[in-house]
Amino acid sequence: MTTVLAEETAVPEPPASGSTRSRRWGRRARGRLMPYGLLIPCLIGLGLGLGYPLVRLVTMSTQEFGLAQQFGTPAKSVGFDNFSDIFGDSYFWEVLRRSLLFCLVNVTLTLSIGTAVAVLLGQLGRAMRTALSVALLFAWATPALTATIVWQWIFDSRNGVANWALTKLGFDYEGHSWMGTSWSVYLVATLIVVWMGIPFIAFTLHAAMTQIPEDVMEAASIDGAGGWERFRDVAWPAIKPIFIVLLALSTLWDLRVFTQIYVLQQAGANTKDTNLLGTWAYRTAVAGHDFGKGAAIALVMVGITLLLTLFHLRQMFRQQEV
Amino acid sequence: MADTTVPPAAVVEAPISPILGSAEAHATTRAAHRRRQRGRRALLNGIALGVIMLSAFPVYWMVNTSFRRSIDIRNEMQFLPFGGTLENYRSVFDTDNFWSSFGNSLKVTGLTVLFALFSAFLAALAVSRFRFRGRVGFLVMILIVQMIPAEAMMISLVKVLDGWDLRNSIMGLTIAYVAFVLPFTVWTLRGFVAGVPKELEEAAMVDGSSRLRAFFTITLPLVAPGLVATGIFAFIQAWNEYTYALVIMDRPEKSTLPLWLQQFNFGARGTDWGGVMAGSVLITLPVVVFFLLVHRRIAAGMTAGAVKG
Repeated sequence: MTTVLAEETAVPEPPASGSTRSRRWGRRARGRLMPYGLLIPCLIGLGLGLGYPLVRLVTMSTQEFGLAQQFGTPAKSVGFDNFSDIFGDSYFWEVLRRSLLFCLVNVTLTLSIGTAVAVLLGQLGRAMRTALSVALLFAWATPALTATIVWQWIFDSRNGVANWALTKLGFDYEGHSWMGTSWSVYLVATLIVVWMGIPFIAFTLHAAMTQIPEDVMEAASIDGAGGWERFRDVAWPAIKPIFIVLLALSTLWDLRVFTQIYVLQQAGANTKDTNLLGTWAYRTAVAGHDFGKGAAIALVMVGITLLLTLFHLRQMFRQQEV
Repeated sequence: MADTTVPPAAVVEAPISPILGSAEAHATTRAAHRRRQRGRRALLNGIALGVIMLSAFPVYWMVNTSFRRSIDIRNEMQFLPFGGTLENYRSVFDTDNFWSSFGNSLKVTGLTVLFALFSAFLAALAVSRFRFRGRVGFLVMILIVQMIPAEAMMISLVKVLDGWDLRNSIMGLTIAYVAFVLPFTVWTLRGFVAGVPKELEEAAMVDGSSRLRAFFTITLPLVAPGLVATGIFAFIQAWNEYTYALVIMDRPEKSTLPLWLQQFNFGARGTDWGGVMAGSVLITLPVVVFFLLVHRRIAAGMTAGAVKG
């Protein structure tokens, strides 16, 4: 240790010859450049897989990019024609309205049921709480695709357990097709999204509620506060910041629902009546061979997402860190 | 605190019990209170049981169906897999493209985890060990980029990869997935790296090691648990991914497992639910196992907006 110290203090002492000075300067410069060097692989990865495709999305949205372009004809710039096309199309406004409504319903259900389950988790005995947590974890861990396929099977018209149970309960659901109307397709899709979304909300809010000191809750109940009052006056103010973060995230996630709708459409739902923004952009571009218009729809999605993200980030910064 | 402190319970209870009056009155209110408590508990447990059933049923139903013979599936409702069969699993293994999809999934997932961890580790070092111009900007960019929906990006990504001749290639899908998982890998690893004291690296540097070497010989082993946890997230995301694969890998022999499953499901169109459920179980199983290991950290990462739901 002492020798190390001696070496260190010794460094500045010898008359700085040109070479040592430049070497020291070199090392300092290298130290200053090092963080940028460390970021290079990450930036390359993001640039190839996100940055450049995003630039292409913007340029494609201003081009005529159809079948001919896929066979090598250079893409022709058409300015904002793709956008005026979709904004002038009443179907766009219908899909947008549907997507927003679908998002609103799903976010409301996920957050309200999720909050109720979080409160429930806090009230249960140890064994029951563990059992509930495990059940929730299973729902959470199931990939979106397999979850959708399993629910598709549950709602199968011929041998699905849902029709069986409803028929047993005395309703006439023998052979009922859930893919028949857009409403029942959205009902099934909502069940899937809400089922998958509740666990994360419940666990996060439960964790936030366990941070509330026990004696604060006790003091409130000694003061005569009932269950609801204790939630509203003590628990809610404590979990409100994290709740707003969850609200923003759920909105972002439910606005871009794709897999659930796409799989149900392949299971027989009418495509035109059930499209949301994501599936419409996909079908316009990939199946309809109109990548220019598809890119314009996708950009509208990105725009809405970025607006919401800015709101979300402001909340997060207000709360903490970075 | 001093040892002589009287336990708080004794302090509180001693003066109160005489005030409450006769012993009988005390006992009856206690009993009523206990009865009410028991009723409340029963009610809560009942509700919890209902939530457990709703939450676990689809997963249970998937497993149950996967063990039943197709003739039984068509003819009767059966809630327990007694008299089950492994036939469905055998038929899945014999399906066209199952094994090639399994191989493709493993390759893409493995490469994604590898590339993502490597570049995320370096980036995490940069943001937690250095104060440099653009640091906050980089972190904010990570958070924003993370929110851009893959469902929108897939439209131009196909054309970009087409231009590089990387459509229907493992490398092309890996490029897409690395960008897809990087934001949250950087974000989570950043926390782990910040947890390792800087002084350990400095000590190694004083002993003559270069800074970069100190990162790899000192810091890397210490964040190994973090690398494992982050790697597992990346694995789950890449293994489950469906939308990018749908547009990038459109040749059957290039399918990944989720693509294979949906093709199998679509092709079966309600005729082979046993097989489709067996396939679903096979894909879901590794995810559930890994998920149980790291779910606490996933929740934290998601709240930071850094893991996709």
